[in-house]
Amino acid sequence: MVSFLLKRLLQSIIVMLTVALIAFAMFQFVGDPINNMVGQDTTQVEREALKEKLGLNDPFLVQFGRFAWNAAQGDFGISYKYKTPVSDLIFERMPATLELAFVSAVLALVLGIPLGVYTALKRNGWLSKFIMTTSLIGVSLPTFLTGILLILFFGVILRWLPTFGRGDVVEIGTWATGFLTISGLKSLILPSFTLALFQLTLIMRLVRAEMLEVLRTDFVKFAKARGLPDRSVHFKHALKNTLVPVITITGLQLGSLIAFAIITESVFQWPGMGLLFIQAVSDVDIPIMAAYLVLIAFFFVLINMIVDILYYAVDPRLRSNDG
Amino acid sequence: MDLLNINNLEIEFPSRRGTVKAVKDVTLTVQPGEVLGVVGESGAGKSTIGNAVIGLLEPPGRVSGGKVYLKGDQIDELPAEEKRKIRGRRIGMIFQDPLTSLDPLQTIEQQLVETIDLHLKLGEEKSRERAIDLLDQVGIPNPEDRIKHYPHQFSGGMRQRVVIALALCAEPEVIIADEPTTALDVSIQAQILDLMRKLCREKQVGMLIITHDMGVIADITDRVAVMYRGDLVEEGTTAKILGDPDHPYTKSLISAVPRPDVRLKRFPMVNYIEKEEDRKKDFDISTHWLGQARDFDAVDGSLVEVKDLVMQFVAKNAFLKKNRKMFTAVDNVSFDIKQGEVFGLVGESGSGKSTVARMISGLYTPASGSIFFGGDELTKIKSQKEMDYYRRQMQMIFQDPFSSLNGRMRVMDIVAEPIRFHKLTSSNAETEGIVMDLLEHVGLGRQAALRYPHEFSGGQRQRISIARALATRPRFLICDEPTSALDVSIQAQILNLLKDLQEELGLTMLFISHDLPVIRQMCDRVGVMKMGEMVEIAETEALFKTPQAPYTQELLSLMPKLDKLSHSGLEVEG
Amino acid sequence: MKMDKTVETTRLERFLDSDIWHSFKKSPIAIIAFVITVVFLLAAAFAPLVSPHNPFDLASIDIMDSSLPPVWMDEGDARFFLGTDDQGRDIFSTIIYGARISLLVGFASVIFSMVVGITLGLISGYAGGRVDAFIMRVADIQLSFPAILIALLIDGVARGLVPKEMHEELAVYVLIFAIGISGWVQYARTVRGSTLVEKNKEYVQAAQVIGIRPGTILRRHVLPNVMGPVMVIATIHLAIAVITEATLSFLGVGVPPTTPSLGTLIRIGNEYLFSGEWWITIFPGAALVILVLAVNLLGDWLRDAMNPKLR
Repeated sequence: MVSFLLKRLLQSIIVMLTVALIAFAMFQFVGDPINNMVGQDTTQVEREALKEKLGLNDPFLVQFGRFAWNAAQGDFGISYKYKTPVSDLIFERMPATLELAFVSAVLALVLGIPLGVYTALKRNGWLSKFIMTTSLIGVSLPTFLTGILLILFFGVILRWLPTFGRGDVVEIGTWATGFLTISGLKSLILPSFTLALFQLTLIMRLVRAEMLEVLRTDFVKFAKARGLPDRSVHFKHALKNTLVPVITITGLQLGSLIAFAIITESVFQWPGMGLLFIQAVSDVDIPIMAAYLVLIAFFFVLINMIVDILYYAVDPRLRSNDG
Repeated sequence: MDLLNINNLEIEFPSRRGTVKAVKDVTLTVQPGEVLGVVGESGAGKSTIGNAVIGLLEPPGRVSGGKVYLKGDQIDELPAEEKRKIRGRRIGMIFQDPLTSLDPLQTIEQQLVETIDLHLKLGEEKSRERAIDLLDQVGIPNPEDRIKHYPHQFSGGMRQRVVIALALCAEPEVIIADEPTTALDVSIQAQILDLMRKLCREKQVGMLIITHDMGVIADITDRVAVMYRGDLVEEGTTAKILGDPDHPYTKSLISAVPRPDVRLKRFPMVNYIEKEEDRKKDFDISTHWLGQARDFDAVDGSLVEVKDLVMQFVAKNAFLKKNRKMFTAVDNVSFDIKQGEVFGLVGESGSGKSTVARMISGLYTPASGSIFFGGDELTKIKSQKEMDYYRRQMQMIFQDPFSSLNGRMRVMDIVAEPIRFHKLTSSNAETEGIVMDLLEHVGLGRQAALRYPHEFSGGQRQRISIARALATRPRFLICDEPTSALDVSIQAQILNLLKDLQEELGLTMLFISHDLPVIRQMCDRVGVMKMGEMVEIAETEALFKTPQAPYTQELLSLMPKLDKLSHSGLEVEG
Repeated sequence: MKMDKTVETTRLERFLDSDIWHSFKKSPIAIIAFVITVVFLLAAAFAPLVSPHNPFDLASIDIMDSSLPPVWMDEGDARFFLGTDDQGRDIFSTIIYGARISLLVGFASVIFSMVVGITLGLISGYAGGRVDAFIMRVADIQLSFPAILIALLIDGVARGLVPKEMHEELAVYVLIFAIGISGWVQYARTVRGSTLVEKNKEYVQAAQVIGIRPGTILRRHVLPNVMGPVMVIATIHLAIAVITEATLSFLGVGVPPTTPSLGTLIRIGNEYLFSGEWWITIFPGAALVILVLAVNLLGDWLRDAMNPKLR
């Protein structure tokens, strides 16, 4: 167990270093950082001095090492556009994105898994077929269009729900939460549903496919041949075996929610990291892009670690070596 | 009153190409304490009977006629919930593959206790005691500790014991066992069959055992029903069916079973199931392309020689080389094969016999040791071009007829590929002519060239494989379990074909099999392998009559006794 | 020659007799989806011939016709079936031209992904060892970033690298590259998985024993046998690529407004949504959804048809 985790940790570090390298390469090859930091009237001498001061004349490895070291401490330099530290910008907006992603993840899981199980067990029922067809529409509806339609219907026509922003937030320490006010919660409904819809259909279809796979295995047939009731065969034996592959992909999917939020945030003008990022892309604000990339990679690595631990909990074949 | 009575059962599988009757009007009975064997080759419909009795026929299959009685009560028309209550409680079922029959995420305690408590309502504590007792009965040592383990912590044979315990745990009156030992090695097969017979007698349980294996039938059954393409062709006591069969199919089937006790010149005509195209000898092999250019460099001594061959696989990978755990699949194996000889390699699964074949054919690179072919050391050759010269002289026939042919290619292109690659002919027309001749020569007929592999049966596919292997005009043929995936009558045909070709072309052969009777029919000398090591090498007849190594003696003693089988029509050699 | 002819007919017969064809004939959904997809493809391919107006011919656009509602509404104009946008362009025609761009980018990026993914997948699966480990690690890392994020990053980097006026010109290629490169992992993983299965099959070993070189084995033996699942992925990927393109264009980092795709049209229309001119955004949106849905239905059907166990 310990050696397994250590191995995973090592892999995670390699992943983070690779992503950091990409982020660093963006600094190196895209635009001139000095040009982005100073005005038109700065002299060549001043520029050289600034270059020296920032260490841009150092060897590649030294520069990368410094970049990685700073990044590990959350320091990604100064935004070209806002002229403030990137970390401040990102941390200010992180709660909005994380709250949105969290609610969407819960929605996707709570609805996706039972629907997947249901459609697998009753796969020839009309309701299952209806759900499956509807889910295909869910997959075919681009996230931004879902958002637009929801805005049109609930915001413009019915005027029930707010269509942009987070509503009122409450500051708890440095964390601005929208969970504690009515308008904050109301504002969450449309964006979180928009963000969840795509993942929900994916998770549902995945659970269904895996469940069908497991239902065909010999041990399910043998369990039926022993006279075990359907309830036990389906939930005690089949569902638990379905979870092993589902955990991995679900983990990845939920990880991608944070990045996927870019679109939702853009449609709903949700003041999160995604919106910051999309603006950075338009403005070629490399520090923000780099920081966002590294942050997403970090969440990915974190979720992967959790998935691995969950694996251990579910699958005894990983736990023992005396097989 | 019969314990189990299957009356005029009919099962059909509707499909868009019309309805297939898998079982036609079959009537069987089983008495308490009796073992009834249902034997047949693939497509006989025998497995669907077992599934139909317990009400677990896979859709779209359905029972289209007949009745099933258990102690006089009709059970085939019961509602689903009532049928479920019979499963496990009154009829137990054992499936073929113990590795996949158990839920991998639950301990065997959880699985046993759940089933026992469900049917016998003993409560958790009593169920557990009973579970431990059952494990003890099926021969699992330390049942108190082992019960807490997960299925993957048991070996294949032990898992099948757990499966048997699960099937027996609610004291069913009938057990249906569908190929219960097919996935197991011979030595374990014998133990499991002994166990099943003992439990059957002690508990006065009736057993329906479905198998393709005459050895299992001879070993365990009291009565036998023979099925052929959905029909029950013959039924009677085991002694009668095996010793003096009436129906021509049964006769053909029994004559095709390789005997452990005698060596036959050839298998008698076994054409009941699949007629081979007459292998027309319309060309003279000595003047035909196939027979020409066979004047390879003369060899003094052995054609193939293997010295101190070692092969290791990574069993557990690790970042650091020293932490890697290696598994030695082949350990210092040496032997030689003389020109024109058929050398057999026999052993149980995991003995390394196939690995040896793959090293000789160049599929694996040995960790150490050397391979000589015609006196040249193959293990020293680095260039692909140079290797091609030897590859041409050395071809291989594989085990699985369904995966050994590329389904996307026509038979013509499959057989022509080696000729084209080694540029053995001067024109495409010549190549195609040779391919057709080859196909005819292996008993398929010229028209086969235009078709695709999926249009052929397993035996026919194996003939295509043989044609492909012959297409480089090799002098050395490696046969890796060439018939173990085939039905017994088809196996007899293919073995006959291999024997004929070997004689005609003067081939040298390495013949690998786990099946001792087959080895006895085919080989001049035999090497016995166990866990990567060569245990004994001897002349075939000497090995079977006076085995030297203890392991060989053990293997021979575990062979199914087939001496009760009818000898009529057999031509014994020597 | 004569023999080849018989084979030709058997090929057609083989197809007509195949389970795929039978399953297609029996599935009304698959047929409808297929027809819709083909209609979109033809309309897009022959856009100049099919569309009633050329929305990009400035001479034919009259600002007086701007923001007209669809024909069945009170102020509708018979010339503009689905109404016009703020500049007086016919919505129906812009949709056809938009679909042309969307499908062009979609197909090009699918082909790009396929080539990269299949090649890397074959190499990874066949070579194994360190090469395999490396390719799959890269794939894992990339998989953790949604396609949209990778495409955005590439677009952002491209903006930084090339001058603004050139970027307009290159936008479509950048987009194809960005969407294509973000999709290869799916193909590579599937092909690798199938290759691992296929390479252990005995027909591959038989080819090795004959002496056939790895490149030929991959091309002649392995590739044809792994194409089934690849076609399924490609179909579904086409839908995803079209969506991704639309999303990027919607976010304003896709194709330039001078050659709008469906996504660009939705973005433009979105600004008028609150002022009541819903048709400018809803019709392109509906066209996008219908196209993607048809392709998805086709892919879904194809997957089930190729995997008869699931039926």
